[in-house]
Amino acid sequence: MSHDCCNDYTRSQLLRSAAAEAGRGLPAIEPGMPEPAGTGLSRRRFLSRSAGLALAVYGASKIPLSAFETGIAHAAGSDKILVSVFFDGGIDALSVLAPVGDPKYTTLRPKLAQAPGAGTSFSEDPTLQWHPAAAGLATLHEEGKVSVFPAIGYDHPDESHFTSRHYYEIGELDVGFHTGWLGRYLDAVGDEENPLQGLSMDGTLSPMIATAEKPVASIDSVDGYDLWSAAGEPVDKEMFKSFAKFGSLGSDSPAMNQVRRATSQTDKLRTELANVGKFNSQITYPDNYFAHKLEGLAAYIAFGLPMRVVTIRAAGGYDTHSGQAEDLERNLRETCEGLLAFQRDLEKRGLADRVLVEVWSEFGRRPEENGSEGTDHGAAGCAFVIGSKSKGEMVGEFPGLEKLDGNDNLRVTSDFRGMYCSLLEQWLEFDAAAIIPGASGFARPTLVA
Amino acid sequence: MAIPRKTKKPAQGKRHHRRKRRHVWNDKHWRWVPAADGDWRVQGYIFHHRHKPPKHHFRGPGPKPPRRVQPVAAPNPDPRPAGAYEGPWGVPQAVRLLDRAGFGARPGEAEQLVPLGLVGAVQSLTRPSGAATLSGPAPVDQDGEPIAPADSWGHDHLWWLDRMIRTNQPLVERIALVFHDWFATSEANVSKAQQMIDQSNLFRAAGFGSFLDLFKAVTIDPAMLQWLNGIENVKGAPNENYAREMMELFSLGADRGAYSEDDVREQARSLTGWRADWSSEEGMHDFRFDPKRHDVKSKTVFGQTGNWSWEDACRLCVENPLHPSFFVSKLWSYFVPGPIPTGTQNALIGTYTSSSWQIRPVLEAILMSPDLYEGPPMVKPPVVQLAGMLRRVNRYVDTDWWVWLCEEAGQRLFWPPNVAGWDDSRWLDTSRMRARWNITDVVLDGISVNPWSGSPYSTTETAEEAVAKAITSWGSPELRAEHQAELLDFARRAENLVAANWQKGPYRAMRQNALLQLIGVSPDLILQ
Repeated sequence: MSHDCCNDYTRSQLLRSAAAEAGRGLPAIEPGMPEPAGTGLSRRRFLSRSAGLALAVYGASKIPLSAFETGIAHAAGSDKILVSVFFDGGIDALSVLAPVGDPKYTTLRPKLAQAPGAGTSFSEDPTLQWHPAAAGLATLHEEGKVSVFPAIGYDHPDESHFTSRHYYEIGELDVGFHTGWLGRYLDAVGDEENPLQGLSMDGTLSPMIATAEKPVASIDSVDGYDLWSAAGEPVDKEMFKSFAKFGSLGSDSPAMNQVRRATSQTDKLRTELANVGKFNSQITYPDNYFAHKLEGLAAYIAFGLPMRVVTIRAAGGYDTHSGQAEDLERNLRETCEGLLAFQRDLEKRGLADRVLVEVWSEFGRRPEENGSEGTDHGAAGCAFVIGSKSKGEMVGEFPGLEKLDGNDNLRVTSDFRGMYCSLLEQWLEFDAAAIIPGASGFARPTLVA
Repeated sequence: MAIPRKTKKPAQGKRHHRRKRRHVWNDKHWRWVPAADGDWRVQGYIFHHRHKPPKHHFRGPGPKPPRRVQPVAAPNPDPRPAGAYEGPWGVPQAVRLLDRAGFGARPGEAEQLVPLGLVGAVQSLTRPSGAATLSGPAPVDQDGEPIAPADSWGHDHLWWLDRMIRTNQPLVERIALVFHDWFATSEANVSKAQQMIDQSNLFRAAGFGSFLDLFKAVTIDPAMLQWLNGIENVKGAPNENYAREMMELFSLGADRGAYSEDDVREQARSLTGWRADWSSEEGMHDFRFDPKRHDVKSKTVFGQTGNWSWEDACRLCVENPLHPSFFVSKLWSYFVPGPIPTGTQNALIGTYTSSSWQIRPVLEAILMSPDLYEGPPMVKPPVVQLAGMLRRVNRYVDTDWWVWLCEEAGQRLFWPPNVAGWDDSRWLDTSRMRARWNITDVVLDGISVNPWSGSPYSTTETAEEAVAKAITSWGSPELRAEHQAELLDFARRAENLVAANWQKGPYRAMRQNALLQLIGVSPDLILQ
């Protein structure tokens, strides 16, 4: 920075820069390192970011901040957490579980077909075989911890990413809805003061948890949520009070309302996440950002942060119109290895009975590959419900490639709204009729053991 | 009182018989007479000459006398077209125009727009002459080195941010941003940053012209041909990616009944034939049409059958009856919040179709619409807010921090989240708000003061003085009364923290820093 006026400024800026570039929060501060002056980064906040103090605070289960206590008290009604993982772009279900036993498979996929035996056979339907990169899922499935939907979707499938994804996000086939299905759940059971109850970990809020009223949050980095300032103690406390006031004043337009809401939730989250420390996992996670977010999430749950619903995007993108084999292999591997490590971490921490993971995508891809060693948009896709409490049974059969739908796409054998109804009723213990329009019309698969 | 006559008036009867009729020359003359509007008008009348008038006798009307009454209303210097905003035109309106059609006003800029009137001001933005001029220091990175937009990570973002700050044609940059979002292409699938920059230059050059021309140019733009697999769309093995998005996102819209799944597949065939070569040195290059790869069989699109080409594919979309409503509503949404009123939409559709799909007239009508000036505010896109803040404090691109900070705020240029572009309804959530807070902190580097520096801060500055100083440092933006009140309240609370003599200066310095920060994250600077 050309405007720095003293060395202390420069050093603090360098610290921030290093942190942000690593994407992994602030670097550890060595004991005895002096506090940078005039940066607004107080000793308390520095120390609380280092492992010992934060763990002491959380280890004792005594969270000093009043907002925090409120949040936990309200969250105490249910300690169940639902994590939603999204394969963005429409993952090729026929690659995740390849129908190597289907006679039409190699005809439709001359270049992309997997060799029989390349991956583990799927025990519930020997026609299917796990992608080698999905070994993490295969392992958990063998342990009875994964319910598989091999052909999920809805009638009259829409092949647009945005329309189909919107349907899944809102839990209804209606382009006009503005709240997510989990957002409506939070509106019904959530707390007025706790944005962490609905948390997106991708730097932007998932429409799935878009509420009408209750606060929800998103974070960029699991390593911390700090607001930089040159105000410095003790003046910064008063500054944040005024910032919170900006969030509470009246509004006369939707845009003003949006700013007010974001301001007030930002200030609350700042308080709630002020003391997040080291994750202290005893599991080694794979070295990628998706896995790192899951590692942070497991630690947040262990810290007792008051979350109910969490959304994360799977590693990479899945709109594989060309060069599918390579991209899918890499991204699917990162995702499945991360999910396996997350499950193991929860088991090690004794939290596995509190968490269920739902994995979904907006659609599957067309059975017949295109000319670019890729696949175009299709219809039925795959979904998974993972966790120690998962029933671990296939929902709806694999429909086969012999008979496709009118657009040459895979036929649907289960409806995503049925999955939502089951998750609401069996896991979150809430009446689906209040959340999913036409809930009574959907068969509820047993998803929770 | 009349003066009494001294002589007795002769008796009438006596003179009567002496009267002799004389010849009279009736002659038409002209004279000036007062007109109703305060001016004069020429009136003809008959003058009775007692003697024969000379040959070149002057018959009037002579020079026009000075106007009797000055006109009440001068001729209107700002004739606004039908349907345009009719309310007052002053600094607040000019500020809003510069916010929406540019990157905010530098101190004094709005005042310069006011004398042009609404129409003149809008046209000064929509009808720039010649090439843009960039004034001020050229962009540099962290180390003071010139940026390398095509070669260094993130410098493409800095390159565009710099143009937003320094250009004298702000709407050219803003419309390029609109079309970057409209035809959202991401560097994620494009081999060279230069191809992204070239695409943005296409938007600069063609952003006011014919939409059909722009659409065609984008369809075969190298970045787009890579991003939506146009070069992999081959006869006999079509790739539908571009065919679908050109209708769903670029020209017609989903779920309106404008096209069917069959149309997607047929359009894909029309679009076959483009290819490129790849080498490790040059990346994807030599983009060209190869007739051998083009499907020459007939295709049926929207019920029309023919041997359609890629140009036909674009034309058929634009000629689709549902295209004009899609176009005007989408363009509207970038400048005015909320759904477009039906009457306005119909008028804009008329403007658009009667001009053969020209963008500029529609854009001008939108920028003159009452809803823009009288309606509610919008949330600024993060890059727009950042460019505006840097303009306010007279700072230029001198760090690459803006790349990842803007990414955290949700808008890394040349990296839209997907082919649908950025979601304007979701600019603010807790992570993006945090990023705007932190961006503000970095914008203020060099303006914020060090409370512990060798040259101490004032120990006597009052709360009122502190607030006024902070507002001035931001280039005197208009702040809502309730925000000003809160700033003043904060300034007093901060002063109350002073418990010891040595704290007087440092705490006031901290207070100034906090005030600058609070103004930067106030709704006043976030909204446009």
